[in-house]
Amino acid sequence: MVQLSLPRGSKPTKGKVHKAPAGAKNVKTYKVYRYDPEVDADPRWDVYEVSSDDHGPMLLDALIHIKNTIDPTLSFRRSCREGICGSCSMNIDGRNALACTKGWDECASHNITISPLPHQPVVKDLVTDLSLFYAQYDSIQPYLQSDEPDPEKERLQTPAEREKLDGLYECILCACCSTSCPSYWWNQEEYLGPAALLQSYRWIADSRDDATQKRLDDLEDPFKLYRCHTIMNCAQVCPKGLNPAKAIAETKKLMVAPGRKKQAA
Amino acid sequence: MTQPKPNPGVASGDRTGRFVIQPNRHLTPLSPHMGIWRWHVTMAASILFRATLIAGTVGLVFVVAWLGALAFGPETYETALALAGSPLGLFVGFGLTVVLFSFILNGARHTINDTGNGLTIKSATALSNIAVWAPVPLAILFWVVLFAAGRVSL
Repeated sequence: MVQLSLPRGSKPTKGKVHKAPAGAKNVKTYKVYRYDPEVDADPRWDVYEVSSDDHGPMLLDALIHIKNTIDPTLSFRRSCREGICGSCSMNIDGRNALACTKGWDECASHNITISPLPHQPVVKDLVTDLSLFYAQYDSIQPYLQSDEPDPEKERLQTPAEREKLDGLYECILCACCSTSCPSYWWNQEEYLGPAALLQSYRWIADSRDDATQKRLDDLEDPFKLYRCHTIMNCAQVCPKGLNPAKAIAETKKLMVAPGRKKQAA
Repeated sequence: MTQPKPNPGVASGDRTGRFVIQPNRHLTPLSPHMGIWRWHVTMAASILFRATLIAGTVGLVFVVAWLGALAFGPETYETALALAGSPLGLFVGFGLTVVLFSFILNGARHTINDTGNGLTIKSATALSNIAVWAPVPLAILFWVVLFAAGRVSL
């Protein structure tokens, strides 16, 4: 259901301001979403003034610096610090991104707002509950389903068949795309979202997979697939440069391909 | 494929069980969305299309009223024409023309998208810019032609 404003109890209030030491140079202001379920009744915006000279070039460096030197209670997910694990996805300066691959100098303003992935339940600070996102990924059966007996070595593909998976297999499940999509914001219990649908098409497009029709049957539903209205936020925020909207459009085309008929359940 | 099983949560409308009463006895908060998002024209075009559909539905009421006036006879129809030709009627007519062009251009955008084209960031941005900015100049052009042809006058 469309929900333009935040419900009661979710609206952040003004929080603490952590000033930079006197004489600090190249100071940037980070407005960070804070919420601790053990303590806080409502979320709040805390402000941290940090000298960019004191940390590395990425937003994650700034967050780690804040945690290490200013406020150890700040919580966020991070692991690989090189755009592979997808842990540090969050909303930076109004767009979803990985904190580890987004440079603070890429942000237009000296005041940078950092909040959790949008329209998700907040576990603590910048950490959201992604259990539904993972359940949706699980629901598209993201593994090879072949009618052929197991080969002695590997299942072969031509270079052209393999090429069809480029732009699909690289997804790191950071949830930047799904949580950027207004359609997913309003319908996330029914609509599978860009990430799960990109992965669904990754297996539909795989020449070694024989469950194409079954996969399409499973998506034949007013909500699971068809809530995509090509808003394109997904492609704009994907830190790996992938295009879920294109994959969804290709799946829609297969749905109405000549000769396709939904199989009986 | 099975969707995640409904698991009644505490929040009204939440069937996933992700929104629960926290140790602070408050419900899990929802993270900010519309309030913090930095818009791009593709998102604006999509939402504008929704608004266009609503405005177009209102416009249909005027079309039905016009047909009704026709059915009621020449006198009623004359009155309806006079209303439509008044400054307020012309203003509403101009607005509905903007809506019509917006509907056509957004419809064309979606048709192109449904063929799997126009879905790179660059092309989607270009198509959305056309759908967002072109309806007003097109409507002005349309009315200039109507006035020039003498079909409408003040």
